[in-house]
Amino acid sequence: MPAITFIHPDGKSERVETADGESAMQAATRLGLDGILAECGGNAMCATCHVYVDESWLARLPGMADDEDALLDGTASERLPNSRLSCQIKITPGLDGLVVKLPERQV
Amino acid sequence: MTASGSPASTGSAAVPHLDIDPFDMNFFADPYPTHQRLREAGPVVYLDKWNVYGVARYAEVHAVLNDPATFCSSRGVGLSDFKKETPWRPPSLILEADPPAHTRTRAVLSKVLSPTVMKQVRDRFAAAAEERVNALLDKRSFDAITDLAEAYPLSIFPDALGLKAEGREHLIPYASVVFNAFGPPNQLRQEAIARSTPHQAYVAEQCQRDNLAPGGFGACIHARVDAGEITATEAPLLVRSLLSAGLDTTVNGIGAAVYCLARFPDQWQRLRADLTLARNAFEEAVRFESPVQTFFRTTTREVELSGATIGEGEKVLMFLAAANRDPRRWDEPDSYDITRRTSGHVGFGSGIHMCVGQLVARLEGEVMLTALARRIAKIEITGEPKRRFNNTLRGLDSLPVTITPA
Ligand code: HEM
Ligand code: FES
Repeated sequence: MPAITFIHPDGKSERVETADGESAMQAATRLGLDGILAECGGNAMCATCHVYVDESWLARLPGMADDEDALLDGTASERLPNSRLSCQIKITPGLDGLVVKLPERQV
Repeated sequence: MTASGSPASTGSAAVPHLDIDPFDMNFFADPYPTHQRLREAGPVVYLDKWNVYGVARYAEVHAVLNDPATFCSSRGVGLSDFKKETPWRPPSLILEADPPAHTRTRAVLSKVLSPTVMKQVRDRFAAAAEERVNALLDKRSFDAITDLAEAYPLSIFPDALGLKAEGREHLIPYASVVFNAFGPPNQLRQEAIARSTPHQAYVAEQCQRDNLAPGGFGACIHARVDAGEITATEAPLLVRSLLSAGLDTTVNGIGAAVYCLARFPDQWQRLRADLTLARNAFEEAVRFESPVQTFFRTTTREVELSGATIGEGEKVLMFLAAANRDPRRWDEPDSYDITRRTSGHVGFGSGIHMCVGQLVARLEGEVMLTALARRIAKIEITGEPKRRFNNTLRGLDSLPVTITPA
């Protein structure tokens, strides 16, 4: 199964094995990772699953839908060009090794 | 646990029949032993009193919520099957709808109640919470339901919607009818509907574009008509959804949180020591008390759920409150712990119908608990709490308390 890495604001990194068809958010919450809140359970409503995607991976991610784009305007930590919602990133074999950074705050 | 399309292929397990009435006053007074009986009887049960299937364990409640093609909402999310009975009011365009119709209306309300909009109303909601706490500090002894759990949402939500000042006294009674009407034809439902005419008239009137102040949630819904996302006849019904589901739910949510924090002083002290826990303290109260206790679905086909075969056109009652305290899912489910990892609870539902107003509810809860914890050292219950009975909502009618300033 593909594995992805979350880097905390303090620099500590955590590698997470994903399960079949999971989103990055689901993998993080299944393992109880701090820093992903996911209040809305992946409904693209809350923007509390915000991540900064490592620049080298950005182009390889699935495109952003309009609702995700609009939600990112409401994130608690500043929106950057590499901001995404981790519940909208479905992990496929091609994303094995993906690196994302966690923001300072989710609410 | 599985939900597959091949019924009885492995031989369907017998579904236990129970004589429980989950809409009875005695049940409402103390639902917890019965919730346990429901969970322990099996993954799927049958309630002879109302001829419905029931699920009370977390896994099955979550599975039903997340399979809307099999367990649909368009035949009503109460006991009444809209295919067989005429609904008591025109059905909701969001709550009582399935995709693709639901997808379109849901997108509109999601936008109207988005995180960006919450940022805009946050300061106003927080200032009103401070003001409310000031008033309570003057009183010292008060009813935490009327003077806090009701007074606070009433001081912000109708304004946020853009409602006129006159007639707001209809709002809570209207919501109480709506949530009683999801239940079976018992006394609570029949009496509520019998008394509903003036409340319905008020609500129908307020949903019209001309009656909603510019900039409010209501006007924002109507503005989507101009963008071509909904029709002019749909907009008032979507405003109605906010009037039905946006006030009484948060009254019971805030009431639940205050009742929890008053009963568990150790949790109150933890909150006072770290105000950033306020949002989770509210969320945990929604799990612990589950202000919305139940909803129904209707099967669109024969389906196998955790070994039980359920035929087409059957009503399935989801016990959200029982799932939120299922020991299979939660450690120490019966303790209120404001540091608990609450994500995954079904107090706001789950899946495509998960509460579209959840950000409003959390915002109100967070700023209210923050204001209380900042200014108050102690909350003591000084009289017998009285329960309010409703077929769907769980909450108190009165909670006498005395507070000590910090
Ligand atoms: C603590 C407060 C609240 C609780 C516990 C709560 C609970 C719920 C639940 C359990 C559902 C799922 C219904 C289903 O699956 O059939 C739901 C849906 C809904 N809620 Fe809330 N709610 C709350 C506050 C609010 C607020 C403040 C609003 C409006 C501003 C609101 C508007 C709605 C609407 C319109 C739906 C239907 C969504 C859909 O079907 O897609 N709720 N709520
Ligand atoms: S979990 Fe809510 S937007 Fe991703």
